[in-house]
Amino acid sequence: MGIRLKVNGLIHELDVEPDAPLLWVLRDELNLTGTKFGCGISACGACTVHVNGKAMRSCSVPVGSVANAKITTIEGLGAGGLTAVQEAWIAHQVPQCGYCQSGMIMAVSALLATNPAPTDDRLAAAITNICRCGTYPRIRAAVRAVATSEGGPR
Amino acid sequence: MNRRMFLIGGATAAGALIVGYGLWPSGRMARANRLAAKSGERFVANWIKVANDDIITVVIPHCDMGTGSFTSLAQMAADELDADWTKVRAEAAPADRSFANSALAEAFLLDETNMTRDSIPIFVRGTMEGTLRTLAGYMDLQTSGGSTAVRVTGVYGMRIAGAAVREMLVKAAAARMSAPAEAFRTEMSRVIHVPSGESFRYGELAAAAAEYSPSSHPKLKPKSTYKLVGNPIPRFDIPAKVNGTAQYGIDTKLPGMWYGAIKISPVFGGKLVSVSEAAVEHNRGVKKVVRLDDAVVVLADRFWRARSAVDALEPIFDNGGNGNVTSQTIRDRHLAALKSGKIKPDHVTGIGADALKNDTVVEHVYNVPYLAHAPMEPVNATALYKQDGTLEVWAGTQDGLGSRAFCAKTAGIDLDKVTFHLLPSGGAFGRRLPDLWNFLTYAVKTAMAVPGVPMKLIFTREQDMQHDFYRPNVTSRFQAALDKAGMPMGWVNDYTTDDEANDEAHILYSVPNQAYGAVKIATHVPTGPWRSVESSWHGFFIESFIDELAHQAKRDPLEYRCALLKDKPRHLATLNLAAEKSGWGTPLPAGRARGIAMVECFGTIVAHVAEVEVPDDGVLKVHRITSAADCGMAVNPDGFRAQIEGGIIFGLSAALYGEITIDHGAVVQQNFPDYQVVHLAECPAIEVHIHESNAPLGGAGEPGPPPVAPALTNAIFAATGVRIRELPIMNHALGKGAQPG
Repeated sequence: MGIRLKVNGLIHELDVEPDAPLLWVLRDELNLTGTKFGCGISACGACTVHVNGKAMRSCSVPVGSVANAKITTIEGLGAGGLTAVQEAWIAHQVPQCGYCQSGMIMAVSALLATNPAPTDDRLAAAITNICRCGTYPRIRAAVRAVATSEGGPR
Repeated sequence: MNRRMFLIGGATAAGALIVGYGLWPSGRMARANRLAAKSGERFVANWIKVANDDIITVVIPHCDMGTGSFTSLAQMAADELDADWTKVRAEAAPADRSFANSALAEAFLLDETNMTRDSIPIFVRGTMEGTLRTLAGYMDLQTSGGSTAVRVTGVYGMRIAGAAVREMLVKAAAARMSAPAEAFRTEMSRVIHVPSGESFRYGELAAAAAEYSPSSHPKLKPKSTYKLVGNPIPRFDIPAKVNGTAQYGIDTKLPGMWYGAIKISPVFGGKLVSVSEAAVEHNRGVKKVVRLDDAVVVLADRFWRARSAVDALEPIFDNGGNGNVTSQTIRDRHLAALKSGKIKPDHVTGIGADALKNDTVVEHVYNVPYLAHAPMEPVNATALYKQDGTLEVWAGTQDGLGSRAFCAKTAGIDLDKVTFHLLPSGGAFGRRLPDLWNFLTYAVKTAMAVPGVPMKLIFTREQDMQHDFYRPNVTSRFQAALDKAGMPMGWVNDYTTDDEANDEAHILYSVPNQAYGAVKIATHVPTGPWRSVESSWHGFFIESFIDELAHQAKRDPLEYRCALLKDKPRHLATLNLAAEKSGWGTPLPAGRARGIAMVECFGTIVAHVAEVEVPDDGVLKVHRITSAADCGMAVNPDGFRAQIEGGIIFGLSAALYGEITIDHGAVVQQNFPDYQVVHLAECPAIEVHIHESNAPLGGAGEPGPPPVAPALTNAIFAATGVRIRELPIMNHALGKGAQPG
């Protein structure tokens, strides 16, 4: 009856209900607290993780639906050293309170994986995560820097 | 006593943070003071540690809520110390594990007279002694708000502490070489004997330096020799915020912890009448249903189980007699009070309202709605009430020490039985200030219902939004008497308030006769400070009305303002800088226009120029906001810009969409879709220009938002002829055929 969950390269056997939200399974069962709770209804994106490389808002993903998927959280994203996106986030001093930034970085990373040089409009259409501190101008600048850097995002 | 006297007086006689609170309305200060549970409660201005290995640690008496104050404050201390920045660290005092069981933590949170020299072996004790120590005794609270960190803690604490420590290190070197102190200079964390070139690391002098008493009046550096202050140094906290390792209050986890989800009476003040636990008590993981006075909490082994159980409960609450209140009934009471003509002005200059008897009188009424803070981290707290009657609480708040006292009071136990762990906050904006601590109340009460079990209570976004302490709904009426040239000779302003009258209704403009005053309209809706506090509404009101007067006089709004600011060079320069950088007066494509507004609050002058476009379909587009700010000197210019940028976006969300409405006595909005905020797509191009002056350091966090709404509505008027006097903007039709105001 357990659910097999593959997170950041590790396989976990979990005794949880299939309709438990992935967000809370990550946070409360696996102690991966970098993924944040913001709204619970997919509206803010603070809980964004990668499921098979695609950005998904984990608060609204039943854990049973991703049992065989490859899940990456913010802890797994830069496990082998900071990514270009994370480095750009530091270079542009993006975060303020930082609470939404795991989700922002996950959402932006998934976008750049398929579209390495999005226009500002494409970026704005794709990244609908909410930041209450107002870091959007720096997010835009950081993404531009990654997109135009030699070799693009890695 | 006026505001400025408070600032100066506090700085020399009342201790660092009491000065910050002195800037707030007297009523709020009194409420804050009540939170101090007993007279022994003390706050030490700041600490600086110098370790053997040269690492200098600046202990910050503020919470990390994202403003970058840990870095700015460390810059201020380290600059006076001539420290090697690569060896400087900052940490939050209560979270300092090396202090956890020492007398130092005790001193920080209890009473610094408990401090003994032995409890801090290699340590230079900053401002322990001398004037600041005496001053610290006045301090009841440890508050992060009011943009106080840099301009109060920094200016009156960190700089002096850093300079005092430097002097002690020099004395130690002088004693070691039997040379006069004047023969030494300091650089990069070394004391250098100038004649011989011999030098000592700070770390090797620290123990000897600790034997000296710090001077309460150390010699401070002249601004021209600053090396760290004024530089855009990267923030300490950012690396942990890009890799998911930053820990916030909501990340607290204790062995055997239960999770709580709450449902509070929808109508403020309503009481729990009944609830049937049977519906959920056999659910997997549910441990207990706790009935509180006005709420019900489900405790479970996991949060999602607690949440789905609380959602399944159907508690009955009464409405406390407020079931018929709506936003409209509150507005009607505002308008009736303003019309009554019985408002006594709090401030009068010249002949006050008598000026309205002559000349042309222009009158307009404005309104702003209730607003939620909606920080990204929903409010939460973890609490453990132990079998021995002690209480331990973990939470992100804007005042660790006050929180501890509040928890003690809530639990009805002595302060010394409470430990409070202050954790970083995922945004605050005022939501985590004293008197807004319902999340602590519910957490402590729930924990006391399950002694021995640690539990983490998390508000869902819906509960956070519906049980906030809102930026008040305020209505304001202006009347101006104009001379033949259209310049104001009389300025009369009556406005409603949920709290005490406040001074932010004062105007920057030179008008000979003025009268302004407040009428208190009490409602059952809880209100509290929201980023920029009173300036968030008075800024919109005043800067809208002055713009209306400029248009009435058929004069350019910038030029009209400048004509009324002739005796204020900093304001003129800031306003003109924003105007110049925005291209004020240069042509724009059809449908586009600019609007300008300037507000001074928390010691900083901020002017914004908004460039908007209103196409025929009426869908407003904000293209650009050009900002100029004078905060004296920006300790960390990049950090200052970040705060103003963020403040602009915070103000933009409020101006465009922000509205909490009341129906049947309860809040209508529940989550971000119906409490809309700005996303990346609506974020305009933003430029922030710093105007440097020799004024005392001003705030960074609070002053950005207030001029946003009026700059926008003034631009919308310029583009369309529609004058928006009630926020938010989204409630108004702007397209072709819209009603001009």
